[in-house]
Amino acid sequence: MEMNTNIALVLVLAPFLGFLINVFFGKSLGKSLSGIIGTLSVLVSFIATAYFFGGIAAQPEGIRISLFDWIQISNFNVDFGFQLDQLSILWLLFVTGIGSLIHLYSISYMHDDENMHKFFAYLNLFIFFMITLVIGSNLLVLFIGWEGVGLCSYLLIGFWHKNQEYNDAAKKAFIMNRIGDLGLLVGIFILGNLFSTLDYATLKTAIAGATNLDMYWLSVAAFALFIGACGKSAQIPLYTWLPDAMAGPTPVSALIHAATMVTAGIFMITRLNFLFDLTPDVQSIIAIVGAVTALVAATIGLVQNDIKKVLAYSTVSQLGLMFLALGLGAYEVAVFHVITHAFFKACLFLGSGSVIHALHGEQDMRNMGGLKKAMPITFATMFIASLAISGVPLFSGFFSKDEILLVAFHHNIPLWVVASVASIMTAFYMFRLMFLTFFQEFRGTAEQKHHLHESPSLITIPLIVLAILATIGGVISLPGNSWLNHYLIPILPKLATAEHHLGTTEYILMAIAVVGGLVGIGIAYAKYIKQNTVPTEDAAITGFSKVLYNKYYVDEFYDAIFVKPINFLSRFFRDTVETGLSALVFGFGKVTNEISYQGKKIQNGSIGLYLFAFVLGLCAIVSYLFLAQQ
Amino acid sequence: MNVSLILIILLVGAFATFLAGDKLASKVALFFGLAAAGASIVLLNHYNLGENISFINQWITQPNISFALRADGLSMAMLLLTTVLTPIIIFSSFGNDYKNSKSFYALLLFMSFAMAGTFLASDGLLYYIFWELSLIPIYFIALIWGNGDVEERKKAVVKFFIYTLAGSLFMLVAFVYMYQKAGSLLLEDLYKLNLTANEQLWIFLAFFLAYAIKIPLIPFHTWQANVYQKAPTVGTMLLSGIMLKMGLYSVIRWQLPLAPLAAKEYMYIFIGLGITGVIYGSIVALKQKDLKKLLAYSSLAHVGLIAAGTYTLTLDGLRGAVLQMIAHGFVVVGLFYAAEIIFRRYETRAIAEMGGIRTQSPKFTSMFMILVLASVALPTTFNFIGEFTVLYSLSQINIWFAILGGTTIILGAYYMLKMFQHAMLGETNSKAFTDVTVNEGITLVLIIGVLFFFGMYPKPITDLITPSLEEILTQINRIN
Repeated sequence: MEMNTNIALVLVLAPFLGFLINVFFGKSLGKSLSGIIGTLSVLVSFIATAYFFGGIAAQPEGIRISLFDWIQISNFNVDFGFQLDQLSILWLLFVTGIGSLIHLYSISYMHDDENMHKFFAYLNLFIFFMITLVIGSNLLVLFIGWEGVGLCSYLLIGFWHKNQEYNDAAKKAFIMNRIGDLGLLVGIFILGNLFSTLDYATLKTAIAGATNLDMYWLSVAAFALFIGACGKSAQIPLYTWLPDAMAGPTPVSALIHAATMVTAGIFMITRLNFLFDLTPDVQSIIAIVGAVTALVAATIGLVQNDIKKVLAYSTVSQLGLMFLALGLGAYEVAVFHVITHAFFKACLFLGSGSVIHALHGEQDMRNMGGLKKAMPITFATMFIASLAISGVPLFSGFFSKDEILLVAFHHNIPLWVVASVASIMTAFYMFRLMFLTFFQEFRGTAEQKHHLHESPSLITIPLIVLAILATIGGVISLPGNSWLNHYLIPILPKLATAEHHLGTTEYILMAIAVVGGLVGIGIAYAKYIKQNTVPTEDAAITGFSKVLYNKYYVDEFYDAIFVKPINFLSRFFRDTVETGLSALVFGFGKVTNEISYQGKKIQNGSIGLYLFAFVLGLCAIVSYLFLAQQ
Repeated sequence: MNVSLILIILLVGAFATFLAGDKLASKVALFFGLAAAGASIVLLNHYNLGENISFINQWITQPNISFALRADGLSMAMLLLTTVLTPIIIFSSFGNDYKNSKSFYALLLFMSFAMAGTFLASDGLLYYIFWELSLIPIYFIALIWGNGDVEERKKAVVKFFIYTLAGSLFMLVAFVYMYQKAGSLLLEDLYKLNLTANEQLWIFLAFFLAYAIKIPLIPFHTWQANVYQKAPTVGTMLLSGIMLKMGLYSVIRWQLPLAPLAAKEYMYIFIGLGITGVIYGSIVALKQKDLKKLLAYSSLAHVGLIAAGTYTLTLDGLRGAVLQMIAHGFVVVGLFYAAEIIFRRYETRAIAEMGGIRTQSPKFTSMFMILVLASVALPTTFNFIGEFTVLYSLSQINIWFAILGGTTIILGAYYMLKMFQHAMLGETNSKAFTDVTVNEGITLVLIIGVLFFFGMYPKPITDLITPSLEEILTQINRIN
């Protein structure tokens, strides 16, 4: 037990130590050393996770570690504790695993940045908070990580802080996340009030053992928690920060805004599956929000020309599919897709970073093209990842996406249609991206063309590893024989997928999904290879494409109904209400002054007036006494 | 040994500082400030060992007034806040040159003395004297050493003085009334009064006026922003860090247990008032152009939430309120200090005239950032503990209170990050900005250290204040 505590502490604290070293000594260590320390500290966590992963079979109930009393509430105490079970270990594996790869990649990618040590410090801090989020044994320790990763996201989106637009994007991400965080807090309050605990295990027992649950408040709590998940995992209506978050350096987009942080909402809902299972109404909302988000984001992704924006909307869309699965109670399917998505989306983002790097910061696909020859490894790895996300058979995404569609079909046909359409669009825009970037002729400047090169091995190695994982990742949950589902049984005792085994319907559905994906790829091929189309200049975009290109004007809408009114109100309060209230206080003073001034005038020394007042007063008293006697 | 020692150290310190002359004043003041802090920690130790460190002595026989200083956990916590912040505030002013500094530092210690007395006094009249006494030094500090146009400043400071004094007079009336009934003003004798609901209401309202102006709660806050802006930063720190907690502390110590029926009857109104302050203060803060004024409105929002916590009349509400008072005391002193550090270099408080500081001064930027994050209650900072507990207590009364009060975590992030973005980030400023000096660094690190330590381990403070809060709650819930 003592041993476990120590290793768990190493797991959590190694990245924190990396952060401290890079903050305080990073500059003097030099760029390479700072990067190596940053990477190693995450690798140490990965190894510690592997240790726990190895031991979990022998200890299926998981390991619980309580460090100290943290917050005291009248009806319960919140302790600072860890819970290492199947779910948290799984999450830790890919967080620290992919985290290590992306740190490695960043050593090369960020090498020209004067503040490279800060970049690694923030990245390490992010991993530390992400680990805290996952490893906590109760909702408040999760909340530390939850807000902590939000902070790191803010710091990293605004990493190039001289640019105020980037700072705006960072601020927007933080504030939108905080809207969700309030939801999460409200959910936490209600659970605390209902069950006098925030500890997962105790909560689970309390809910299982309760005789008459207050279903109304339970649903409110689940809904509030879901709002929290919407903020962090970029679901409608709180998704607009994620595309803007692409202002950060590309490794950040890969690590935080694709593979790890944005999956926090899915983690939380899976963690509390026993709660959400009792609230079918909320589950329906989750499923619908997920499906709609998947579709809406995919449509926007169809027409974007910034390579990172395409990937960002693709991420929102894929997260939507995961929420669809969560809403249908198929947590294990959502988890499966989280993992495969982490592989292929990290690969895609890192690949796009490799391209951007080669083109010295160019992100507009209209100025790319023909990079296949100059950058064969980047091309090959991204191509594999695109096949995976498009659901081409035998690649990892095929298995996970197919399971989501299967589950959707069995629950609700319209949701299945929506998800399928989103998937077809995914295949289209991903291959649009591939064709525009790597095929045909190079459309950039001669200067750029002259400098085209494949990225160094520190960049290509992570790409290759991720491409391999994106290819074979599906093996963890093969249809009919799922290691993952079996592994997750202690967390998810009633598996949604266990109900239906593979039959004719399933094979037909699978075929439909595959054909749909191929159709999407085919359309992209026809348009961008056969017809050699290049997207038009911004000004020439018209019709519905323009609406899509401008993301349905949702940002403008939010600006008009939230940001502008609040700012108007602020000015109104400042200029009118504040001055008015202040004048009111001075008004009291003035009135007093005036009364005393009038009073002063009466004291004028005229005996006649005094006598008159005296008689008047006497009369008043006498008449009062007289009246009072009656 | 008893708590009167602290008051003696601070009072003697004030005189010694004055006598030491302009050159030595700041150092002598710091010495006595540290001595008081050290003595309070020793006393805390004695208190925790179960020793009686209270001090009660007959003062005036006719009327029956005692010099009663009662130290329970709550008072000790507030005393520590005062005596720990005082040397930090004194130290933060090193590097500023004040004319007639012997008077300046003497007044500063004298104010600390009066505030410490307010937190300890358990006789109504003594408490009232300390309460009013604390107003005098800050009046002079703001008037003489403040900044901006003299006439403007005079207007703001005199308004503040008259306004708070007028509010407190109603409290005096309440005390006189209660003395007529109880024949004593000792808190424990006042507890024994069987006041009717109607009497309680009037007493409640009389206290409320005094406290609402001091805290301040909207709509009684109009003195605040201007005084914060016009006072020298040290004065602003004393006001926001400690003095406004006098009002909140007094709600818990005097108002609620003396008029519990009224408190219970009208709690919703006062919670609502506090929460209105949260939202209103946050929104007004958004469009402030002056950094100190922005921080003033942010204070308005934060104390609104604390006040709402106290009026829940629950253990969580009171405990969260006290934790948040202490946390806010430290963070707000740190933030005003950051404003001062910028002022020392750029001679401006206008946010629009700042910007691009981060590249020039990474250390300062990081520390300022941490203070901003603490102020928006990021978990692992002390402010999170307080804010979470208060919001939780509000959720027990009505979930909408928690949601509306909770908007502070969104709006707070909005105005603070916006301010930070325009004050610190962006293209490198053409005006040079030297990084923090050693003294400035020590001050900020101390404050940040406190915020993180109690953010991770608030238990010592929770354990200290809980028994006395439970006692107060028993008083509140007694059956007349």
